[in-house]
Amino acid sequence: MATPLGKVRGLGSARRGTETFWLQRLTAVANVPLVIFMIVSIVSHIGADYGTVRAYLAQPLVALAMLALVISAAIHMRIGLKEIIEDYVHDDGLKIVALLLATFFAVGIGLACTLALVKISLGT
Amino acid sequence: MSNTTDARRPLSPHLQIYRPMLTMMMSIAHRISGASLAIGFILLAWWLLAVSIGPEAFATVNAFFASLFGRFLLFLFSWALIHHMLGGIRHLIWDTGRGLDLVSIEAFAWTTIIGSTVLTVLLWLVGYWLKGGA
Repeated sequence: MATPLGKVRGLGSARRGTETFWLQRLTAVANVPLVIFMIVSIVSHIGADYGTVRAYLAQPLVALAMLALVISAAIHMRIGLKEIIEDYVHDDGLKIVALLLATFFAVGIGLACTLALVKISLGT
Repeated sequence: MSNTTDARRPLSPHLQIYRPMLTMMMSIAHRISGASLAIGFILLAWWLLAVSIGPEAFATVNAFFASLFGRFLLFLFSWALIHHMLGGIRHLIWDTGRGLDLVSIEAFAWTTIIGSTVLTVLLWLVGYWLKGGA
């Protein structure tokens, strides 16, 4: 359905819409129990001592849920930020820079949290 | 190929034409809460990284979280999270083609506002209860 001008500019569907739509729903559903768990985890450890928090996060099931949350949330955030940028940033150059930064942020924060959880789990 | 770069296409009425309605406010609130959760993610990452680094790094984030401003920020974060979660569940229901009538969307809007507040307070009560009422 692309107009001749759109074809030349390379605009139009990237043909990955359904996959992105599904991934956003998949991570949304996964996030529901995981964020509830995360909020309770943080609130119940406000002001707790270091040993308690570290031992809590080192438990396999806790670490597994946190890891799942971090990865699922990072993917969900990447898609959401991308959607917002594509809707509101109309300058091509600025849009590409913003999309790059959003992706770097999502990947970076996801990796950082993963590394932290691995370190805590392995006790190093 | 015709030159269509300066085609004067018809425009649909934009936001400022319409009377502000709760449902459109909830639509933008879903985006605002979603975007602000990126900042919340930093708080979570800071907490996890500090625990992995050691007691000194943890003491800093722990003191911040325990401060009045820290707890206020954490409360806002969790409220935005639950708000976005309920708004998301509303979207999942819409994906099935249900609840798209005017009565339902108004009900969803109020459920998200009241439900998110109640649920957030409830989660904090559970958290404090698990903590041992400290």
